[in-house]
Formats: sequence, C-alpha cells, structure tokens
Amino acid sequence: MTEPLLTVRDLKVEFQTGLETVHAVNGASLTVEAGEIVAVLGESGSGKSVTAAAIMRILPIPPARIAGGEIIFQGRNILTLSPSEWKQMLARDVALVLQDALSALNPVYPVGWQIAEVFRVHGERSRKVANAKAVELLKRVGIPDPERRAREYPHQFSGGMRQRVMIAMAVALRPRLLIADEPTTALDVTVQADIMDMITQISREEGMSVLLVTHDLGVALRYAQRVCVMYAGRVVEAGPVREVLSRPAHPYTLALLQSAPQARAEGERLNPISGSPPDLAHLPTGCPFHPRCRYAADVCRASRPAETNILLGRRVECHRAMEVLDVVAA
Amino acid sequence: MLLQPEMPILQVRNLTKHYLPQSGFSFSGGKSVIKAVDGVDFDLYPGETLGLVGESGCGKSTVARTILRLEEPTAGEVLYRGQDIFSMNRTELKTLRRKVQVVFQNPYAALNPRMSVEDILSEPWVIHPDVLPRERWADRARELLVQVGLRPEHAERYPHQFSGGQLQRIGIARALALSPEVLICDEPVSALDLSVQAQVINLLEEIQAETNIAYLFIAHDLSVVRHISNRVAVMYLGRMAEIGPASEVFNEPAHPYSAALLSAEPTLKPDEIGRERIPLKGEIPSPANPPSGCRFRTRCWKAQAVCAEQVPQLEPRPPGSNRLAACHFPMDAPDAEIPHYLQST
Repeated sequence: MTEPLLTVRDLKVEFQTGLETVHAVNGASLTVEAGEIVAVLGESGSGKSVTAAAIMRILPIPPARIAGGEIIFQGRNILTLSPSEWKQMLARDVALVLQDALSALNPVYPVGWQIAEVFRVHGERSRKVANAKAVELLKRVGIPDPERRAREYPHQFSGGMRQRVMIAMAVALRPRLLIADEPTTALDVTVQADIMDMITQISREEGMSVLLVTHDLGVALRYAQRVCVMYAGRVVEAGPVREVLSRPAHPYTLALLQSAPQARAEGERLNPISGSPPDLAHLPTGCPFHPRCRYAADVCRASRPAETNILLGRRVECHRAMEVLDVVAA
Repeated sequence: MLLQPEMPILQVRNLTKHYLPQSGFSFSGGKSVIKAVDGVDFDLYPGETLGLVGESGCGKSTVARTILRLEEPTAGEVLYRGQDIFSMNRTELKTLRRKVQVVFQNPYAALNPRMSVEDILSEPWVIHPDVLPRERWADRARELLVQVGLRPEHAERYPHQFSGGQLQRIGIARALALSPEVLICDEPVSALDLSVQAQVINLLEEIQAETNIAYLFIAHDLSVVRHISNRVAVMYLGRMAEIGPASEVFNEPAHPYSAALLSAEPTLKPDEIGRERIPLKGEIPSPANPPSGCRFRTRCWKAQAVCAEQVPQLEPRPPGSNRLAACHFPMDAPDAEIPHYLQST
C-alpha cells in the first residue's frame, strides 16, 4: 500500500490560559488517502477544529502550542517547513474552507477579483486570463450568470452563494487536499445538500481528498467514505463511515447515535449521554470517556486504552470494544 | 381543565406581517415591501407540539414574534382562547404574557449575566406579583431548578458558571415560572451539542407530559422537529405549504417543497439512507418580490401555467384527511405526472 496523502500522528496541541494548560488535541492520529472524503466527527471541544487548524498551520501561537506529534503531508512533515515553503504549498496543495464565508471574503473587492487574485499570486501574469479563469470557476461551483456575478461584491451574495465562492477560491489551483471545517453548518438543508454534492463532485473529478470537519452524523454518513470520531482531543474510533455508524465499537460513538433524533425510530426516546463534556484542563485518568461511559470498568479508570485494530480498516481506543460490538450486533 | 380538549388554545388566522421600506438611504435602492408573513393560518391545541419548519427567511420566527406581540401584525388575528390578542387591553395583555412564554435559541443572550439564577427565576414573579407570595419565591425557584434537572444550590450561582445546555435549562425554568399554557420555542436546541440537545428535548417532553403545556416548536433541524412534534407545519416564503400530523408530513409529504426539503436532510435511518434527493432549481426568491400564484412555482419541477395564475389554498390531502397542503399538483395526486397538455382543464 502506498503512503497516505495525509498522516496525522499523535498530534498534541495545548492552549495556555492563565495558569492552566488546556489539552485541546491530546494525541490525535488520522490518515487521509488520495481522493477520499474523511469526516472528522465530534462535539464542541472535541478538538476537531483545532486539528484542522493545526494541519493548516493557522493556530494562534501563542496561546496555542504544538506539544508533540507530526503531520505528514505528501511525505513531508508540514510542522517543520519554513513559512516560505509552506506558503508555496498553500492553495496549490492544500486549501481551506471555513464555516463563516462572509468574514473570510474581503467586502471591498468584487468576488471575481478575489478569486483571480489566487491565480495572480501563484504566477499568472495576465489579469485577463486570471479573470477569465475566475469566471470559469464561478460557473463550475454552480453560480448562475457568472460573468455578471464576478463583478459583484460579497454582500450581494446569499450565504450559500458566498460559500460557493469560498469553495471556488479553495479549489482554484486544484489542491490535493481540501480541509472543510463545518462548511455548511450555517446553511439551510437544501443549500447544504447542493454544496456538499458539489464538493463531492469536484473531489471525484479531480481526485481531491477532503477532510470534512462536522458535528452532524447525517452529513458524515451521506458524504464521507471514512469517519474519525473525536472525543477529548483524541480520535477514539475510525473506519468506513457506514460500518462505524451502523455498528459502532466505541461507547461514545454508540452514545452519540442514541442521542441523535436522526437515528431514532418514530416514538423512540432519545438516550442522552450522562454527565458533562470533559474539562480539557483536567482530563480524567485512564480513558477520557470513562466518567460518562455505561461500559466503564476498573481498567478504564486505570489505563488509557491503546489504539486497537478491529475488523478490517477499523480502529478503536476502548478496553471494552468487543463487548460494545456484541451489544450492538445483538 | 376549563376547555374541551378539541378547543384550540391559539388560533392564528390570516396572519400577515409586511415590513415597510426604511426611509433614508438604502444600499440596495429598494423601496419595496418585505412580505415576511403573508396570510398564515393554524391552530395550536393544549398538550400538543406543533413543529414549524422552513428555511431562512420563510417567516417562521416572525410568526413566533407576532404571536408574542413583539411585532404588530399588518393584518390577521391571533386568538388566545377565542380572544384576539391584538385588541387586548393592558390587563388582558398581562394575563396573556403569563400564559404564553418563550424560550430563545441563545441562552447566553437571554439571561442577564449580572443576576443570580434565583433572581432570574424570580423576575417573572416580580412582574406578576399576584402569582406567588414573596416568601415562596426562594423555594419555588429551587423546585423549578430540580424540575429542569439542575440542583437547588445552583440558585446562588451566576450564568457564567453554567454550560450552554445548563443555561438553556435555566431559560426553560424561567419560562415555566408562571405556569404557562403555551411555550413558544424558537430554535431552543439549535446551539447545543448532540448529547446536550437530547437532554433538553427529553426535558421538554417530560414537562409536557406533566403539565399538558402546548409547544410551538420552531427549528430548522428537521430530525429534531420530527422527533418532538405531534403535528408539523411547513412554511415557504411567508406562506404555509403544508400542515398535518408529523408522521404523515414526514413519511408522505404532500407538498413538493416539503418533499424536496425532507429529501435534502441527511438521515441516519437505515431505510432512508439511499433515498433520492430532489434537487431544487435556483435560489429562494426575495420576499420583497415573491412569485405570483404559488410562491414555490419558480423552483418546482411540477409547476404548470395554473401555478403562476392561482394561489393554491390549503386543502385536505388526500381529500378527507386532516393533513392540509397548498398545492395544485400535490405529491399524492397521480395525474400530476401527466403532462399538462394531456390533461383536461
């Protein structure tokens, strides 16, 4: 098997706040193969967005600090690249789409100009060619009447159309990897479906990998091939999305599914996770999920479970994964 | 109970809210009236949850704000136990405010950070002093906290000491302080994480089972609405597209817009995973200049000439059913698939 496009190995990111150290990412590992869409699924504070920000090297340092681990992208550890080397890779090799498209666009320039800027910065001398390419991209991301729309400003676009513009800028130079952090969270479901369909189509046509950060189980299931479930800064379960969400091996994944109205049959009560999310400055001993876990045993309080491969292409960090799998199967 | 169970507690009739153009300078140069809500009818019964869904700008929050009299309607009426809330005098209005309470989306903004939880929960009794004698306030505030799954000692704390889910519980406790008959929930769980959202939804269900309170539950998350609602109303561009029992609307939508909306929702139910999505043409039109006839026709794959000419009225679909849809060519009508030139007019 060839090397994955992206390998995050044992990544640790800390935030220094006053006297406390917040362990936002606490040994997260994941891989993204060429051409696949991988969902990073988690609740607030699980470390999913911080992981994405670390890969993009946009963490605010300080207060953030990379305390360990490596991020290997196309064979190079991007954490050790010089700023100029990294700048060469941005947009060409890896690009980012965020939730809030309005604040990511410059309000005083036409959107066509902003897209064309990507080409100009990366070596296109002719403004005319750059502008023509921008119009072409707007058409590609499904914006009607692209010649006219290219001359308009961000405030003249709806939320969904702005997110299309952001995606146009991100895919302009045909990156190998698109990191999309909650790209459709603020949008209506019909618009979300249009945009996710478009991202999926570009991914398929260009062989572009997508790291899709989301809190929505349904989005992960519909659009990703694989899923990484994050809890307390670690990837606690990973594998093919249909298998993981239909037969979870980690009690946290199971608990998420049982608290999701999307997954419950008509009239079936929701089964919320007990307790509160972990305090990232004072993580529990052993498995970080044990205080809220229905399956917790003495071993879970004593030692953190090692990453275990179960079944084909699936891995889980849980002492009692096999029992959880049996319960789910029963 | 004073009323027969079949008597609605709220009746919304032809509710209309148009926003007039602002005077002065306008970036868009627009001078047109924004028709946020344009003739909406529905009833709310004691003990039921009516889900109100629709996409941004469909008018669902404006409906809620008008029912709460935070907005004056342009036309139409809202009857609370048969009495029009827009012609109420001060005393009547004060009673109404006791009986119709609200929970908002953002609990951080809805709770005063400088007040202790006890003061927040007692504030309704300050405004309505005849509800509860002062010496009972402290005890009752603690009872309310227990009712929403918090602890009595939380009464001495301040909002910043709580998580978002806990704050939303406090917001619900405050709304319950006056024992209301109707709770308007405007996106009450949208800002919460999945596990916390499930706790709050269960709490709302328990409270309803105990108190027979009616919920008007507004949310854009279809799966949440489907889970909690007995009946569901689907709005599009200021009008009601469809209203009926939740299982009928979700399992066999009658209005093409409902069908498209539901098909776009990412589901986790095994039998729905492979389901075809119905893509919609174009974008939602401006409420300042809505299409003639059926407002959905510009994006509807079934639209025909009549849709531009006649406004479809809410009618039982299928005929005789208690589910209503406003469509000339509803999903259940078999002849909708026959091209219009073959149909008799």
